[in-house]
Amino acid sequence: MESREPRTDMSASSTRTIIIECLRFDPASDSEPREQAYRVPFTDDMSVLEGLQYIKDTIDGSLTFRWSCRMAICGSCGMMLNGRPALACETFLRDFRPGPVRIEPLSHFPIIRDLVIDQADFLAKLESIKPYLIPAEDKSVADGTYLQTPGQMDDYYQFSQCINCLLCYAACPQYGLNRAFTGPGALALLHRYNEDSRDAGTAERMPIVNAEDGAWGCTLVGYCSEVCPKAVDPARAVNVNKINSAKDYFLHLLMPK
Amino acid sequence: MQVVQVDVVVIGGGGAGLRAAIAAAESDPRLRIALISKIVPMRSHTVAAEGGAAAVVRPDDSLDSHFEDTVSGGDWLCDQPAVEYFVAHCGPEMIRLEQLGCPWSRKADGNINVRFFGGMKVQRTWFAADRSGFHILHTLFQTSLKYPAIRRFDEFFCAELIVEEGAIRGVLAIEIATGEFFLFECASAVVCTGGAGRVFRQNTNAGTVTGDGMALAFRQGVSLRDMEFVQWHPTALPGTGILITEACRGEGAILVNKDGYRYLQDYGLGPVDPWPRTKAMELGPRDRLSQAFWHELQKGRTVATPRGPVVHLDLRHLGAKKIHERLPLITEIAKTFVGVDAVKEPIPVCPAMHYTMGGILTNVSCETSLRGLFAAGECSSVGIHGANRLGSNSLAELLVFGSAAGTGAAGHAHAVPRRNGTRVRQLAESSAQRLSAMVTATAGERLATLREEMLDSMEAGVGIYRRETTLKAACDRMANLRARYRAGVLLDDRGRAFNTEWLGAIELGFMLEVAESMAHSALGRRESRGAHMRLDGYESRDDENFLKHSLAHFDGDGPPRIDHMPVTITRSPPRSRAYGGAGKKAEMS
Repeated sequence: MESREPRTDMSASSTRTIIIECLRFDPASDSEPREQAYRVPFTDDMSVLEGLQYIKDTIDGSLTFRWSCRMAICGSCGMMLNGRPALACETFLRDFRPGPVRIEPLSHFPIIRDLVIDQADFLAKLESIKPYLIPAEDKSVADGTYLQTPGQMDDYYQFSQCINCLLCYAACPQYGLNRAFTGPGALALLHRYNEDSRDAGTAERMPIVNAEDGAWGCTLVGYCSEVCPKAVDPARAVNVNKINSAKDYFLHLLMPK
Repeated sequence: MQVVQVDVVVIGGGGAGLRAAIAAAESDPRLRIALISKIVPMRSHTVAAEGGAAAVVRPDDSLDSHFEDTVSGGDWLCDQPAVEYFVAHCGPEMIRLEQLGCPWSRKADGNINVRFFGGMKVQRTWFAADRSGFHILHTLFQTSLKYPAIRRFDEFFCAELIVEEGAIRGVLAIEIATGEFFLFECASAVVCTGGAGRVFRQNTNAGTVTGDGMALAFRQGVSLRDMEFVQWHPTALPGTGILITEACRGEGAILVNKDGYRYLQDYGLGPVDPWPRTKAMELGPRDRLSQAFWHELQKGRTVATPRGPVVHLDLRHLGAKKIHERLPLITEIAKTFVGVDAVKEPIPVCPAMHYTMGGILTNVSCETSLRGLFAAGECSSVGIHGANRLGSNSLAELLVFGSAAGTGAAGHAHAVPRRNGTRVRQLAESSAQRLSAMVTATAGERLATLREEMLDSMEAGVGIYRRETTLKAACDRMANLRARYRAGVLLDDRGRAFNTEWLGAIELGFMLEVAESMAHSALGRRESRGAHMRLDGYESRDDENFLKHSLAHFDGDGPPRIDHMPVTITRSPPRSRAYGGAGKKAEMS
């Protein structure tokens, strides 16, 4: 939450400025969001996050946004940058020249304050998909590690890269229309555990996949995978799950529980 | 003020905090455990750890060997019983994490793989590509969701420990979304708030790493130990300080100066050949490598860039396949943040503050001097790192001691149940009033002004090499900044909902006290050992006078009092700390 002034070792070309337009909202004083523009000096190596930090440090300490690692791994600083969901720390002001760059909180989530959205819905969904190994039988430390070949690991590894940044939810038109939809990130993580050779919990997770708001809620737009900063490809996970869900359905017709 | 009554409070939702909460829940599922974190746990800075976690697994390795590497790596300032406990428990913790689903990298036969790391004789670093911390943290976070005993308070900011009669009674926190105060009444608490890297300008740490728990405990009379030992990681990106993992060197990357010369051979880490070999050249310890950079800079052999002087970390000879397989995050980071394709060009790097070796004084069971208060992970000083931490010992530490602290706190909650009292609420109310007044203060300086002065002063005075004059200047500046901080910080943000400027001001208060303890502890250590290097007549290690820990004691508005305590040496008497020299070529996996 502490932030840093832009570095003082800027080259002479640092006199360039860009206008950053931020959506502002304070629940105590605003009935609806408003806009505020700031002029920010920038260098070619300055991220959008560093631009926001400059504003907070030197112009307006009340501008509110989340950030932490500033290296695209913690998932805190997802925002709409000129209408597209992105991480502010790995997006650079130079790419918005000559400006302005418009910054809004992630779409489809309630706003708590300025660029800060309420993540409670996602956290509840994450919890609902049982994102942990459900082993066939308990192992003790004395049993040692599971064997898992690199090939078996490849089956789920990509889907384990999700940083929970919520860009895919902001990109998903279905989630925008229906907040009950489990959504791309949580379904990708569900798939990650189902595909893990150490896991035996697929049967417990299939009802979530099969539900109307599970995999079938997806309408195959694919924008989630396009904006994912870690190439998780949630759209693929969701659609493989549609196939699994269909198989599950026919299997139950043949062999009712 | 809302009051929540629980048995155990865990402060901090990083690796140590999550491991502690899980251990407490497993030791008794009926316990009420509050996991309080100022960010959602999976955002914690553990997420940014790249290289891996140490645990003996190979047949050619042994616990004795891990012990020896750790103790000599720490320049004999480690408490040896703590190291013994540590190395014995690393293996079980790694296995447990694997059984919880952590995607450790594998060998072709399906067994887990281990890689080389600096200062380690044998391959013993368990890794998940170069996203080890990310996978450890997400595995622990997701696993924690299984336990009904763990109740999460995400985005709650701990502002004060409530202490009565030498025992922890509660934790005062701010619900960030609303700005409302919550008092968590508890029987025991575990501090797992991480380090204090943000007191330096050039650092590898997340913005949240502001020494909160260290300052909270310090103010309640718990000593901070060995605070002068600050680790500079030798390879970070210039300007941003973003970490370029030691695993690069573990996989065979080399460091060269502006002439393309492998300069480490000039600083007691050579000869170059045979290469690679363990505990030599680029596989030396972090303190030595960062110090070598400083000498290269003095000799004018570094490369100037707009963001400061650098040397080059060259991975090219590893080949595209190995780089992409073992170091995918580094490849991504180099491309995004400095526009370098690591397969084709070397990465510009320089040292950056990385890790706080010192911290809240605890015994091997993670207990502090306050009854019921435990600490684990980077915020603590359990005694395993000494004067220099070896890479991959800290991820292992937060599992081993997070677990011990959680079990200990659960045990304490059974032995000494929570006591309700009006006094506890009065203490909390008066703290809440003081903190609330910060939002409405009408005079004072800008937060960034005070913070920037702290950063400049710490860089100038308490850096890789230190002198009495620069240390004294830093001590004076911290006293000055603390006085100005007390006089007031003027906030632009007068609201209570998600007021990060207010929280930033509270964090600055934590940082100033922690930074001051670092400067004073460094001033008091008139020798050079591990990561603490003096240039003013104290260039050598002085076992006669300084084979002892530094302790900083809180003293109100004044500077901390510094004294010392003995180091517990049981098996390995101090000897010369040697790296480089002859050795056989290591087989890279």
